[in-house]
This record gives sequence, C-alpha cells and structure tokens, in this order.
Amino acid sequence: MKRGIVAYGTYLPYWRLARPAIGAALGMPAGGGSRSVAGYDEDTTTMAVEAARVALASAPQPSRSCEVVFSTTDPAYLDKANAVAVHDALGLPRSAPAFDMIGSVSSGSAALRYAGRADGPVLVALSDMRNGMGGSSDERDGGDGAAAFLFDSTSQVVVEFLSFGSATSEFLDRWRLPGEASSHLWEERFGEHEYIPLAEQAMADALKQAGVTSAEIDHFIVTGVHTRAVRALQHSSRFPAHALADDLTKAIGNTGTAHQGLVLASVLDSAAPGALVLAVSLADGVEATVLRVSEQIDDYRNSRSARATVASQLGSAKGDLSYMTFITWRERFHREPPRRPEPTPPASPPSARHDPWKFAFTASRCTACGTRLIPPGRVCINCGAVDHMQSERLADVPATVATFTIDRLAFTPSPPMVVAVVDFDGGGRFRCELTDVDPDSLCIGDRVEMTFRKVSTSQAIHNYFWKAKPIRKEA
Amino acid sequence: MATKGIRDRVAIVGMGCTSFGEQWEKGAEDLLIDAATDAFISAGVTKDDVDAYWLGTMGSGISGLTLSRPLRLDYKPVTRVENMCATGSEAFRNACYAVASGAIDMAMAIGVEKLKDSGFSGLVIASPPSDGTAAQLTAPALFSLLAPAYEKKYGVSPEELKEVLTRIAWKNHHNGALNPRAQFRREVDKATIACSPIMAGQLGIFDCSGVSDGSAAAVIVRSEDAYRYTDKPIFVKALSFVAGPATGTADPTYDYTTFPEVVRAGQNAYSEAGIEDPRSELAMAEVHDCFTPTELVIYEDLGFAERGQGWKEALSGTFDLDGELPVNPDGGLKAFGHPIGASGLRMLFEAWLQLRGEAPKERAIGSIAQGRKLALTHNLGGSPGECVSFVSVVGSEPAS
Repeated sequence: MKRGIVAYGTYLPYWRLARPAIGAALGMPAGGGSRSVAGYDEDTTTMAVEAARVALASAPQPSRSCEVVFSTTDPAYLDKANAVAVHDALGLPRSAPAFDMIGSVSSGSAALRYAGRADGPVLVALSDMRNGMGGSSDERDGGDGAAAFLFDSTSQVVVEFLSFGSATSEFLDRWRLPGEASSHLWEERFGEHEYIPLAEQAMADALKQAGVTSAEIDHFIVTGVHTRAVRALQHSSRFPAHALADDLTKAIGNTGTAHQGLVLASVLDSAAPGALVLAVSLADGVEATVLRVSEQIDDYRNSRSARATVASQLGSAKGDLSYMTFITWRERFHREPPRRPEPTPPASPPSARHDPWKFAFTASRCTACGTRLIPPGRVCINCGAVDHMQSERLADVPATVATFTIDRLAFTPSPPMVVAVVDFDGGGRFRCELTDVDPDSLCIGDRVEMTFRKVSTSQAIHNYFWKAKPIRKEA
Repeated sequence: MATKGIRDRVAIVGMGCTSFGEQWEKGAEDLLIDAATDAFISAGVTKDDVDAYWLGTMGSGISGLTLSRPLRLDYKPVTRVENMCATGSEAFRNACYAVASGAIDMAMAIGVEKLKDSGFSGLVIASPPSDGTAAQLTAPALFSLLAPAYEKKYGVSPEELKEVLTRIAWKNHHNGALNPRAQFRREVDKATIACSPIMAGQLGIFDCSGVSDGSAAAVIVRSEDAYRYTDKPIFVKALSFVAGPATGTADPTYDYTTFPEVVRAGQNAYSEAGIEDPRSELAMAEVHDCFTPTELVIYEDLGFAERGQGWKEALSGTFDLDGELPVNPDGGLKAFGHPIGASGLRMLFEAWLQLRGEAPKERAIGSIAQGRKLALTHNLGGSPGECVSFVSVVGSEPAS
C-alpha cells in the first residue's frame, strides 16, 4: 500500500486577458503573455467543481466516494463551508465529509499535506481568483484557475509522496484585511531575503527525508507568492536546468492557492514512470515535497480524456477579453443594467428539496417506459406513470443544441443572455443558459456539455446551477 | 374529450372598455370604475342589479376586494381569477357558467391590469420562492424560438419570415391607428418595423406587443332575458380553456412551430359552437399577438390557414381589415399593449362592436356585411411548450 495521488484534474477558465491589453487600457507597459480570467458566472467554488470533475472522471471506482477539502484565498462564502457545494455538485454521498481549509495561499499546502497523510480517499480542490488594483503587478500577474487531486492509500497510485519538508517564520510580506479586494506588499527585496534561506532549509529537509539528492530530481517546481524569490530559486544552479518546470505564469499568471497544483498537474501530464519531483511552495514559510511518479502513470494517462491535460486547457482559451470587460466582471466597474428587476435569489427550502437536481444535475428516468425527465419529476411526461422514477446524473452527458435564442432584455451580469434548448444524448430535453460562448458563431446542432456555474448573486445569496457550454476540440 | 359547452344559453348585454395606454393619471381602481361604469350604462343596469362579479387581474390586486372596494359593492360575491394572459377571458368564462347554471341572473366579468407602475421594461411577473434553476429569460426570447423553427420546418428564409412578421405588425398598427382606444394610434411604416432594435433572437421591438394599462368589462345574462336589455345581444357560442401538460420544454419531439394548447382549445371551441370551417364561417378573430410569430403560428393552430401556409396568407392580406378573415381588426395586443387581466375582455369588446355594427366606419369589417355573424377571441398564456389557451366564439344570432 502506498499513499499518493490516484487521479488529478485541472480547470482553466475559457477567458484570457492579454497583458498588452491592460497596458493599452491604462497607458503603461504591462509586459507580454496573458492572465487567465474566470467568467462572470464563475467563482472559486465553481472552478473547484470543474477541476474535481476532471479528476473524478479518471478515478478508480473505490476512491470516488471521498472526503472533500477545499482551499482558496477567495471563498464565495465565509462562515458557510464552500466545500459542501463542491461535494454536492460532484454527486458525492452524504457519508463523505467536506471541509474548507481557506484564507491564505499556504492553506493549499495544508490541504495537500493533510491529504498526503490521511488514510482513506481525500479529494483536495485548490481554487483561486487573484485580484489586484488597476495597473498593479497582482492584477497583471495574477490568474484564475483550479486543480484537484484525489489521494488514496492503494497499490495503484500514480504519484507517491515521499516526504514533506517545512520551514516557518513570521514576517510581513503580503497581507490583506478581511473584506479587502487586493493585497498589500512589503518592499520586495526584504521578502527575498527572508524566503531564500527558508526555502533552502525546507528543500534540504525534504530531500533528506526522501533519501534523494538534488542531482536525482527530474522535475523541479517552484511556485509562490513572492515573484522575485521564486525566480531566484528557479535559476539557482543546484538542479539540472532541464529539470525546471514551466511555472505557467506567462500563459495564465499566478493562480495563488491553485498554482502549485496546476504546475504539478502540468508536470504529471508528461512525466516518465519513476521520475522524481521536488515541489516547493513559498507562502508564509516554505513547503517542499518530494514525489515519485509511479509505473502506473502511462496507463493512467491513457485512461484520461485528451481534453483533461493542462496543455489542452491552455490551448482552448479565448484570448481577447477586453480590460473593460475584465473589470466589469470583477465588479470594479459598474455598467448600467437592463431596466429589469434583479434576479430573485433562490430560497433555501426548495433548493434543499431539489439538491440532487440543483447541485448534482440529477434528472430522472421513468422505469415504466424509459423516458428521461429533465428536470426530474414524479409523473412521467410520456406514459403518465407516477413515482416510477430512477435518478440519473446528467452532469457528464453531452447534448446537442436543438434551438437557441439571444435575449437582449434579460438581466444578466454579462448581456446578452444566450439560452438554448438542448437535447441530451440518451434522451431528454432541457432549456438552459449557455456560457463561454460566442453568440455569433453558435449554430443549431452544436455539441455542448454541462458546467457548474454561479447564475447570479442577489441578496447575498449565490445561485449555483448548471449551464451548457460548447464542447471545444483541443487546440 | 371535448366539453359540451353552454352554446347560446347566455349573452352579453353590455360592455365597457377604457382607452389602453400609459395611464399615468389612473390607478387600477380608476380603470375598474371607468370600465364597470361604461358597462353598466351600456346594459342599462346598476351595480346592484348584478348578482355576482368575476374580476380578472394578474397582479394589480388580490381578492374580490380589489373590485368591491373601488365600486363600493353592496356585499356581492366577487371572485378574483388569474390564468396568466388568459386572465380576463377566464373571468368571462366563469361568469358565463354561473349565469348558465341558474344560480344567478346577471353577472359582470371585468378585467384590469396596471402595468406601468412597475418602473421596468416589459412584463414583470412575481414568482413563488424557488430553487433558482429555471433560466430567467424574457417573454420575447421565449417566443423568438418560434421564428427559426418555422423557417426550418417550412423552408422559409429568415429574410422572407422577417417580411411576414413585419407585415403582421404593420397590419395591426394599421388597424390600431383607426381605433381611439388603442395605445398606439399611428401607422408604422414597414421599414421602421423591420429595422427596429433587436430584443431577442430575430425579434425587434416592433415585433413585441406594448406594455399598457387598461380595463374592460361585460354584463352577462341568460339568453332568454337578453332582449330586455338590448336589441342586439351577443350570444356566447363556445368557451374553451385548456392548461397544457407543460411537456414541450422537456419533450425532444416538440418543434416550436405550434402551440398544442391553442390547437386543442380551438378544436374544443369549434365543437361547442358547431363550426366546421372557421375560415369561412368566422367574421373576424381577435387573437393573442403578443409577438408577431405568435400570430403567425396561431393562424395555423386555429385553422385559419393550412400548415406551412400562414406566412403566405399573411403576405397576401387574407387577415387584413378588408381581407377574407380579418384578424385583430381593433389593432390587437400590438396596438393596445397587453394589460394582462383586461386583454381578453378587450378582444370581446371588439367582437361586440363589430357584430353589432357599431365599429367606426373606417374599421368596420366587410365580412359582417357579407353576412358572417360569428367572432372568435383567443388568448395564450405562458410560452411555447408550456402554456394555457382560451378560445371563445360569440355571435349576433340567437339559437336557431
């Protein structure tokens, strides 16, 4: 029996803001590349669900009932555990617990450390949306995304955790008061001065515990909240130059809590069996972990969808988001809404009664005649049988656009609303919003898949439900 | 199984109808008083002669007090009804049944809606607390789904259909321009209609009915009593109402080119009224043109045109004021707007005027002069795939 990762998945939102677009909007140099941007209907909870769905789709059957641990610096709710919405959206059983481990960037390391040492199956969902003031490096170099790792104790792990090394010290480098939208930073040379020795100590500890020398490391991952210190470590000469993993910051920015997971997933997408990985994360202290890729990695990768890889998700993005749209979606710029009432928030009791539908997208099928009902119902629309239904989760069933319309009057945070009537493979029709879509190129007959989204936020209640989005071929 | 109906057992002996429009100076109470007063005068009765009242309103008040309070009714039964866009017709239907039953001798059906106090564009309908999973699209978007479906099924190009929808809007505005009670009393040229800003799908703002305030009322008695109140009573031939099973939104075989609820309500009404060929027997029809493609589909659903032919008939003028079967001679929802509770009774008011030969000369329909004596009114509430529908047939001749 080994303890390690048995499945993983990532989620990168569809949208990219090119850094030159920031520069052009603000009249300043902003560098090259782009940052990933969560859609107006996404938050850290919905992105965690999407990454976890990818992970669970490739998970061995016995691990699929798992504990959920959710980490972010940008939780959708406080006081209320966001992990529970993730749990329900994944259709996990009530017997599986779900907890938040949130607040600081290092909470992601805590979740991984916890899962790496627990006994049963644990799903770690790391998800973040990074914000900064207009023109700041945090705005430019931050990113949005999620990564999920399913841990278990089994002979079938794809990555084994050999050691955890830590170095902890209190110093003020990056901080944010509760309620603040962006972080404060101390002068950066001081942070570098503090982080480098901590990193040296944590790495030495991890390598020693694992009985591995630095020369044996095949993949060296450095991520963290302090860009200058991360760069300095990446270019230290201790490890072979070819071992340094692309940290993805040029393409998507730094996704905070999710970032070490995203880079690890990217490495695992191509690592050879037996490869050794040293992952170092700088966030209020340093965590260093040594991992060994197992002999199962090739079989595991072959079992996954081609669209599950980080490279595929990097390649299927839309890169021309405008800066104005970005700051509108981030609620930093307020456009006049349509002259329509704001959406009514969902009520708690009906949401709870319909939880398998609302969160897990579970419809029903008539056992008398086989007709599928979306949404689920008690009376069959075809044969009229009453209470002869079995549940069917449709979250992972693709569908085809039967017809659609573009509603320019409806209230939505990002007009116009695109609504489609979709027919699911295997039967059943549903009318729902489309997202991550270009209305002008949408056609009847287009293939779509379901995605968990935040439909609206009203009266301090997030209305989570499923939308359809076009199935995109990998780039 | 079709309903038997109450053909020729009751009659309308008086009606009132306010002007429809942005009635900033009037509340629902004022509109009710105006319509009721006109109806009492029309029938030559007082509020005390009426034994029971049916009030249709979707959201301008709850309970019978919404009517009894402004009219200061003297401890009369008042039933408030709601059935979406068929609300006014539903008040009429139930009032007719009460009179036909013999329980009362005289009833008033009255409908009202005060929409322009909401401050929003378009209709705003309150919903019960929900799980938040229904897509919150607007009515224009829901009905815009008809257009591409019709084009695809019958091989009509979007440009051709645009011309058809534009002509339907143009026709109804043309008729409304001749009607002093209409919200919009000007003709609108086709270019303006065709180029109006897009609201949803292919529908421009001129493909949508307006939002207005209004009220209309009818006084109903048994047919044998009708000539005591007027020389020209209008007899109720059929009253048909259906609520669909709302399966269209979940049924992949539903193709958005028909309203099965309208088909069923129509068939039932024709059965009650003994109508075999509506196109040749009806003098006129007031149909629920909430959006232009709705009127197109209704032509076919109610048997005014063959399937797939309604668009050609619309272009050739079959349903114009001087056409073979005038549809919406008063201007329809297009020119009147759609104060929900009032619309069904406003339609009956046009039938009342036309069948009695009281419509102003400029919009008096030729079919009456040719001897046709039946009029149809129709409502549709909800949206394609899940709706309610009402059809009435009334006529100027008593039972033969």
